[in-house]
Amino acid sequence: MDRFVYADNAATTRVSDSVVQAMLPFFTEHYGNPSSLYHIGQEAHAAVDEAREKVAKALGAAEQEIFFTSGGSEADNWAIKGVARKLGAQGKKHIITTKFEHHAVLHTVQALEKEGFEVTYLDVYHNGVVHPEDVAAAIRPDTCLVTIMYANNEIGTIQPVPQIGRICKDKGVLFHTDAVQAVGQVEIDVKDQCIDLLSLSGHKLHGPKGIGALYCRRGLRLPNLIEGGAQESGRRAGTENVPSIVGLGVAIEEACRDIPGRTREIKKLRDALIEEVLKIPRSRLNGDREQRLCGNANFCFEGIEGESLLLLLDFNGVAGSSGSACTSGSLDPSHVLLAIGLPHEIAHGSLRLSLGDYNTMEDVRHIAEVLPPIVQRLRDMSPLWDEIIKAEKESN
Amino acid sequence: MAYSEKVMDHFAHPRNVGELADANGVGEVGNSRCGDIMKMFIKVKDNVIEDVSFKTFGCGAAVATSSMATEMIKGKTLDEALKLTNKAVMEALDGLPPVKVHCSVLAEQAIKAAISDYYTRIGIDPLPIVGEIGDCEACHVH
Ligand SMILES: Cc1ncc(COP(=O)(O)O)c(C=O)c1O
Ligand code: FES
Repeated sequence: MDRFVYADNAATTRVSDSVVQAMLPFFTEHYGNPSSLYHIGQEAHAAVDEAREKVAKALGAAEQEIFFTSGGSEADNWAIKGVARKLGAQGKKHIITTKFEHHAVLHTVQALEKEGFEVTYLDVYHNGVVHPEDVAAAIRPDTCLVTIMYANNEIGTIQPVPQIGRICKDKGVLFHTDAVQAVGQVEIDVKDQCIDLLSLSGHKLHGPKGIGALYCRRGLRLPNLIEGGAQESGRRAGTENVPSIVGLGVAIEEACRDIPGRTREIKKLRDALIEEVLKIPRSRLNGDREQRLCGNANFCFEGIEGESLLLLLDFNGVAGSSGSACTSGSLDPSHVLLAIGLPHEIAHGSLRLSLGDYNTMEDVRHIAEVLPPIVQRLRDMSPLWDEIIKAEKESN
Repeated sequence: MAYSEKVMDHFAHPRNVGELADANGVGEVGNSRCGDIMKMFIKVKDNVIEDVSFKTFGCGAAVATSSMATEMIKGKTLDEALKLTNKAVMEALDGLPPVKVHCSVLAEQAIKAAISDYYTRIGIDPLPIVGEIGDCEACHVH
């Protein structure tokens, strides 16, 4: 089997050629420290500024509101811990989030719970979408922060961020959104959408890994997470990762240049894939059918387990992922699938295929060809599938 | 987390997979909540496991340990089969990642469950011979 289909763009993406080309000179030519006064330092400094401009532009923000970080996880940690430290000191010790956040958010708020914060985890219902009125109802006088992801990384559902932002603004509560999966896929304007803090990451949009940014609204001064030198206006220490910052700048500019056009193409592939895969008996699509990222398809197949499925797909040249127990090294199935109400045994059999800019209709056809026999093969050796079929016969 | 070549081989080409029509001992362990169910079928004649097969719902390691375990007890006496430990199955597979140890425990238990069932069917109390079949330890963590 020679064909290789990369269908795990929600995990990470291939760095684009133009990003690589833009980065290269900053390793060997303009390798100066941006804090240095001589010319190769200043060249690097100018490049960082230019990248900051690009990130700001993609979000409808000002340059002074963008701070580079080591990735989405650091941005999430900084935003949440920063607000908690700032407002917790004033007695505001209540945080609102959802049940299906990325662990960069969930584990951060859980750590704060141990320090005496109270956290409300909003329901995301069967379609994986938060109800804005639930946010409004959960806000209390001591709420310091609402943190709700823009789009979910496993099931791809897009949250009603503009409505949530408006509610938070009206009630005077800070609003953070983890937009790691959404940037470049959804039109974002932090001012129109009343977003105070936003996390993003380079490697989900054909940029490098280990680089990200936090947008922090002007006038909102959070305590630092990383102390040290005076980089990033004294708010995030550490010599700038210049090549990666440059790469992120180019990547975000490319990703946000024509969001409707790019997503339309990917969506065509995604919809064809969903149509083919759902022909498999006892399969289901997880997450809202419409309100989802253009490349995301997340399925459950009854009677089989996710890791086995991934291994067999890999044998057949398809790279996907699963929220199943075994891949993550913990025995519990994905908290996201449990949050949308799936029973454990079905949540174990999940498959996420996430398409991106480099996929083609050929890729979709390949997946559609190899997947059904793999599912059948695993079902043939599954005692759980035997039970499902037996129960089906009995009920008929 | 990476699997050994042996694990991958047994996962890709499982031995003795399927249902044994003339089995006289069947054991099922694990549960779908944890994400693993193993079912073993044995055909015993004159105290010897003449044939054996399995069906498994679970991860790659669960399939591979089931497959390896069936190979290791085929043609063995019941007493020999009862001595098979999860450690021996793991060693035969050139090791398992730490989080997958419970899968090998499941394989050991599935054999014991099948042998218990055989003894029960022929009217012998299996408890003194096979002993208690505990739950997978990993099961109790959550
Ligand atoms: C929603 C979400 N948040 C945060 C992260 C973490 O970002 P990073 O890998 O850049 O730390 C990811 C992806 O890994 C993600 O999908
Ligand atoms: S049987 Fe595997 S965790 Fe319980």
